[in-house]
Amino acid sequence: MPTLTIDGVAYPAEPQKNLLQVSLSHGLDLPYFCWHPALGSVGACRQCAVRQYRDENDSRGQIVMACMVPATPGTRIAIEDEEARLFRKSVIEWLMTNHPHDCPVCDEGGECHLQDMTVMTGHCTRRHRFPKRTFTNQYLGPFINHEMNRCIQCYRCVRFYRDYAGGRDLDAFASRNHVYFGRSEDGALENEFSGNLIEVCPTGVFTDRTLKNHYTRKWDLQSAPSICPHCSLGCNTLVGARYGGVRRVLNRYHHHINGYFLCDRGRFAYEFANLPIRLRHPVLPRPAAAKDGAGRPPTAAEAIAAIRTRLRRSRGLIGIGSPRASLESNYALRRLVGPDRYFSGLPQGESRLIAVALDILRDSPARSPSLREIAEADAVLVLGEDLTQTAPRMALAVRQSILQAPAARVAALNFPGWMAHAFQNAVQDDRGPLFIASVDATRLDDAATAVLHAPPADLARFGFAVAHAIDPEAPPVPDLDPETADLANRAAEALLAADRPLVLSGTSLHHEALLGAAANCGWALCRRGRPAGLGLVVPEANTFGAGLLGGRPLREAYELVESHQADTAVILENDLYRRSHGTDVDRFFDRLETTIVLDAVQTATTARADILLPAAPASESQGTFISQEGRAQRFFPVLPPTDPVAESWRWLGHLHPDEARALRSQEAMLIAIAAEFPFLAGAREAAPSATFRLNGAAVPRSSRRFSGRTAIHAHLSVHEPKPPEDSEAPLTFSMEGTTTAPPAALVTHYWAPGWNSVQALNKFQDEVGGPNRGGDPGIRLIEPRNVPRAYHNAIPPAFNSREGLCTLVPLHHSFGSEELSRLAPAIAKRTPPAAFSLSPADARERGLGEGDTLSIRIYGRPVRLPVRIHPQLPRGCVGFPAGWPDLAGIHLPTEGHFE
Amino acid sequence: MLSPAEQAALDAELPHYPARRALCIEALKIVQHHRGWISDEALRDVALALGMTPHEVDSVATFYNLLYRRPVGRHVLHLCDSVSCWVMGCDGICDHFRNRLGISFGETTPDGRFTLLPIPCLGDCDHAPSLMAGNRIHGNLTPEKLDRLLDELD
Repeated sequence: MPTLTIDGVAYPAEPQKNLLQVSLSHGLDLPYFCWHPALGSVGACRQCAVRQYRDENDSRGQIVMACMVPATPGTRIAIEDEEARLFRKSVIEWLMTNHPHDCPVCDEGGECHLQDMTVMTGHCTRRHRFPKRTFTNQYLGPFINHEMNRCIQCYRCVRFYRDYAGGRDLDAFASRNHVYFGRSEDGALENEFSGNLIEVCPTGVFTDRTLKNHYTRKWDLQSAPSICPHCSLGCNTLVGARYGGVRRVLNRYHHHINGYFLCDRGRFAYEFANLPIRLRHPVLPRPAAAKDGAGRPPTAAEAIAAIRTRLRRSRGLIGIGSPRASLESNYALRRLVGPDRYFSGLPQGESRLIAVALDILRDSPARSPSLREIAEADAVLVLGEDLTQTAPRMALAVRQSILQAPAARVAALNFPGWMAHAFQNAVQDDRGPLFIASVDATRLDDAATAVLHAPPADLARFGFAVAHAIDPEAPPVPDLDPETADLANRAAEALLAADRPLVLSGTSLHHEALLGAAANCGWALCRRGRPAGLGLVVPEANTFGAGLLGGRPLREAYELVESHQADTAVILENDLYRRSHGTDVDRFFDRLETTIVLDAVQTATTARADILLPAAPASESQGTFISQEGRAQRFFPVLPPTDPVAESWRWLGHLHPDEARALRSQEAMLIAIAAEFPFLAGAREAAPSATFRLNGAAVPRSSRRFSGRTAIHAHLSVHEPKPPEDSEAPLTFSMEGTTTAPPAALVTHYWAPGWNSVQALNKFQDEVGGPNRGGDPGIRLIEPRNVPRAYHNAIPPAFNSREGLCTLVPLHHSFGSEELSRLAPAIAKRTPPAAFSLSPADARERGLGEGDTLSIRIYGRPVRLPVRIHPQLPRGCVGFPAGWPDLAGIHLPTEGHFE
Repeated sequence: MLSPAEQAALDAELPHYPARRALCIEALKIVQHHRGWISDEALRDVALALGMTPHEVDSVATFYNLLYRRPVGRHVLHLCDSVSCWVMGCDGICDHFRNRLGISFGETTPDGRFTLLPIPCLGDCDHAPSLMAGNRIHGNLTPEKLDRLLDELD
């Protein structure tokens, strides 16, 4: 095996990597700043200096930057060389000349890469006697706090924000020791991934503004591995909590999904769980509560007893599940009410869309790709989905894909791809194929080869045409206009020419034909022998999990109540007013004898409940979500839900009338699920079970430096309480536990000796930037199958706008469309006001300008909203803000009447 | 909006560059030539003309010390404060500016006639101390020579 030598020790040579990455991967401590595994090397900070020797006879060698030298066979370097060591120390000393000594009041303190590197190099005495340069900080919006004096000019922020995430409102200004990173003027950072600056910045320039509202040091945070509940991608997160509330969310590295980066919705939505609208106690109808006397809220036992009485009296029980509740909770409900009386909680149209999406993916020769595979695709077609708004992290992955084809083209120049500046220089403006077909302009359009903005039906027709152009066996599209046909041919050509072609679509436009068209494209590529990926975005964190359990559509639940076949409903974490039209939901509740609702927050539906049970949100729950990729992933509570709050599946288990059949643990739920739904058996393996131990101990949620454990409850009792027990997870609510690094599914902190910042992640990976040590968590339940599939052939007719009518299209927004995240104060500050979006032609015809009020009759009722003119929106389509409560319950496709 | 004269000057440069945003420095020079300095509005005008964001243009504008992001006087005097000029007494020239005009580095006389800015090396070390006024270098500066120069500039 070809080797290289570091400090006299032989290691395997890895010519496709650089010496810094290789050194770190072998556990050697070499300080660095500007290098980032996802951003590559620029050799700017001069921190990873080592001495390189020509051969074994060379005793003088020369100082080189390890991040800029490939780890080729025969390379000989010394990290422990005295001059190299002094060089590194002096670089830190020089960086420190202007860095303030404000660590005690800096939010980064204690988890600061700059602190770690300063200690690592041994710089501890200040010689610089002169004033430090100071800057004015900027207001950068509700997510990010700015403190420029701390900057060490590593340029990581702009390299992430501009080069990686495509942002164009953060830049470097001025020169020399006045270099300033910020915006041209104060204002919220526009990019949907700005929160990653918090982790990308090696010091405290960009810190979490929401954390500031309830600041806690890293070592005082209790943390647990979780899954983001705010879209269908299943990004892995680390949730931190103290004093009974969630404090922040950090990225938890998953090699195949989110990698190093989260979206801002996922990072800053956590605050909803701390709001006063959280449900903390059961609510019982007045007669039962009256027995309590002095206004004491009912206990869990009282609530369960009251519900059991109601259930016994009931002349017909139904259960309404939810795509935002865990697999276990949905299953527990189904088990309580019986499969015939379990409803998915989705309206007919959406229920059908999810069933179609699942049918397409479950028997598909095309692979449902992970986000990593999306980033590595070399030709992408996006059909109908505004990814930045509906599945933001996927948009970031697609943005990386456009560099795949250029990377292949410059491979002949024979330099490694991690040389970021050389790569940029070689590639220039060359971009790989990305075709986006969407109703309105999207935030990815700037990266696209070509875009098509058309009504949903025409987008589907375009998709079908692409499939036909790939494989003539796929059904042709009649009467396609030549321009669209030409674009379809170009897209087909690009996909066919690619090594890893990819088709992405989703359900956000509520247009079934789009799914068929996307499936046809994927399958056509497979039939032509291309290893195609086919990814479908769905609305919620567990849409696929709930969908796989079956469940009848909501409409049938309403009918059952209407026809007096049911008088009691248990509604699981679902606001029906977001699903159906208000009058239908009102009528449903009016006719129910007893409405039992489980939810974490107050909603329009909880307001109609007779009995209300406080459910734990994802951050306080254990459960399983199945992502749009088809991956089952486990999340664990960061806090024990404070009694009587409990996971929905726990409540529902207690309600089961037959003690013998009642399931009381999550493990028991998963075993029962596997028995009934063999294809969900893998969900049990998504994370180690409750009995898992490392060296005989469970994994601690608190750090060993956790402070104030005996004082934290001192206002209640001077005795230290026993830590809450966790019978469900191999994690403890305590600082006691294993000191060994746990499997990735159970990671609670990134921490290693000498590495206190998030960069300690290096020590948890097989190789830096590679998979988690011991494998990445989650089980893929959907794998491609080489089965013959008949092409979809329900090609819709071309869109025709009709006088006085408009087709309503949902326009999604990353900050506002998702139910729970829009409650979070920071997210709410970025939520645009509700508006009707009009094409310039439609606005002109009606004499409307930006901001004018437009009234559109929907379901016979006028809805009045201000007008926003969207230059790219097709004529005849009116966009409405998807997920805004006052516009909920519109079943698509629907037409509106201009008034 | 760029003025017709600015637009014409920009259009004349266009064929020399492979991409619109490569014109950024040239565009800023044109705008500064016509408006004296680069205001926030000028920044937005250039951004619009080149398909860039104001942030991107500002990043370029703030990098170069011959592009002015604040209003300057009719004559901008760039006095070298680098090593050779420092050894040869640029501090004294600086003092003379303060005594005669009442301005230090980064300041403009109240009558809007002169702005004094530092510049690190004009490549005129053999005639240090040295300054640049407009497109001309004035070396071997003494207070007397500076007085003559200031008198010449209206």
